Amino acid sequence: MRNEQTPFTLDTAQRELEAIREMVRPCMQCGTCTASCPNAFAMKDPPRTLWRLLLLGFEEEVLAHGPFWMCSSCYTCALRCPRGLPLTEAMAALRRLAARRFPRTAGRNAAFYETFMDNVRRYGRVQETALMTSYFLAMKNPFLPLEYAPLGLRMLGKGKLHGPSAAQKGELQPLFDKAAHKGERP
Amino acid sequence: MKYAYYPGCSLRESAREFDVSVRAVMERLGAELEEIPDWTCCGASAVASLDERLALGLPARNLALAERASPGLDILAPCSACYLNLLTAQRAIRTSREARAEAGELLSAEGLSAPAKGGTVRHLLDVLINDAPPEAIRDQVVRPLTGLRVAPYYGCQILRPFRVFDDPERPSSMEPILTALGADIHPWNMGGRCCGASLMATHKETALVHVGEILRAAARTDPAAEENAGDAEDAARGADVIVTVCPMCQMNLEAYQGQALRAREGGKPVTVLYLTQLMGAAMGLAPEKTLLDKSLAVTGSFRSRLAGLKEPSAPLAQEA
Repeated sequence: MRNEQTPFTLDTAQRELEAIREMVRPCMQCGTCTASCPNAFAMKDPPRTLWRLLLLGFEEEVLAHGPFWMCSSCYTCALRCPRGLPLTEAMAALRRLAARRFPRTAGRNAAFYETFMDNVRRYGRVQETALMTSYFLAMKNPFLPLEYAPLGLRMLGKGKLHGPSAAQKGELQPLFDKAAHKGERP
Repeated sequence: MKYAYYPGCSLRESAREFDVSVRAVMERLGAELEEIPDWTCCGASAVASLDERLALGLPARNLALAERASPGLDILAPCSACYLNLLTAQRAIRTSREARAEAGELLSAEGLSAPAKGGTVRHLLDVLINDAPPEAIRDQVVRPLTGLRVAPYYGCQILRPFRVFDDPERPSSMEPILTALGADIHPWNMGGRCCGASLMATHKETALVHVGEILRAAARTDPAAEENAGDAEDAARGADVIVTVCPMCQMNLEAYQGQALRAREGGKPVTVLYLTQLMGAAMGLAPEKTLLDKSLAVTGSFRSRLAGLKEPSAPLAQEA
């Protein structure tokens, strides 16, 4: 899906980065976001630090560390931000940027989302069993399927695993093509 | 009450019991659901991390289909992620000329146009509390859930970022429903706490911390019960069941209990059901409409407590 995209240039990256900086420019470093974030404990640069680093021009470090991959989009930071900044949106925008700018380091994190969207493009509706199989293949980790085996067996027992349905197959291809070939925004 | 119904992918897959129980409960409440023809994925929690255009186009397609097939009807989504994606797209299209033009351009590939009018996107819980008064629910209860302690779990996406039908910090919208079912409400402040969402696939160790904290809070003693009943042992049993209104919350809380409880001390296995499964049980719906057997976390003590409730009275007999 990625390689059908409009070529990704450094110019585009700069523009996207600038848009993210604009989102957080009014940040006054109060730290409400970090204090509210349920995943801050697992981030190298928790939200407050992340915004500051971005504004100070340390984007390479930020994109390489990737704290935004630990965001679970609970929107608590955005809800409580006294400046009303769209912080959860900024996290998502950073993930989009990192996935394209640093595909190698972003790989492990982006793989699940990439596999997910590929499944949607092919089947129209998510086919969970096929999704997990493709995800295991994409991760190239022989132990990952074993980790999920007990859950897989329980779900099999409940009649929750089945082959992909072709009912909606290919329905979304035109939309995906359109989105991929629409070109960059002015 | 008539709605355009968007089940979403999960309800066709691992969350079949949610779909079946939603349809059955809504029918009981006199609502009519028109499933949106040819609906496709809304983009779930994945699309916003990858592609901004598809994050608008995927939900917009479903809104356009709903507008064409069921003009003017509100769109009912039981899944919280679908609800938020559909609502975000709908608000963008209604308020921004740019978003409307972009949606129109994306949908033109299929001969659809940007969904400009149409009904409002609404979550199941919004519809249950605002379109069906608690008395209407109570009227359908044939087996009151007396003495059953229920922990209402709301998750994130129906509460935030849009404040639509509940308090985003201290949610309480399920309480009138649970009270109408005759159940007691487990006092806790975890209702709006994140379950870890898709981190369960990408960073499981982090998501398990959240699931563990939620399960431990569910197992905590209910001080009110201890005081009222004076039975410390009974009060110490904590919640009998956590109810959810989102397939991802449900999956994280039910399927990963063992791993989350092993990671740290405290807590114990607890039953997790969709709100509509529990409503169905209280309404005396047939087992094939509540599908408790499909749920991955139903404890023996919950089953015996449910079986010990007063036998269904007249209305069920009529149905049978």
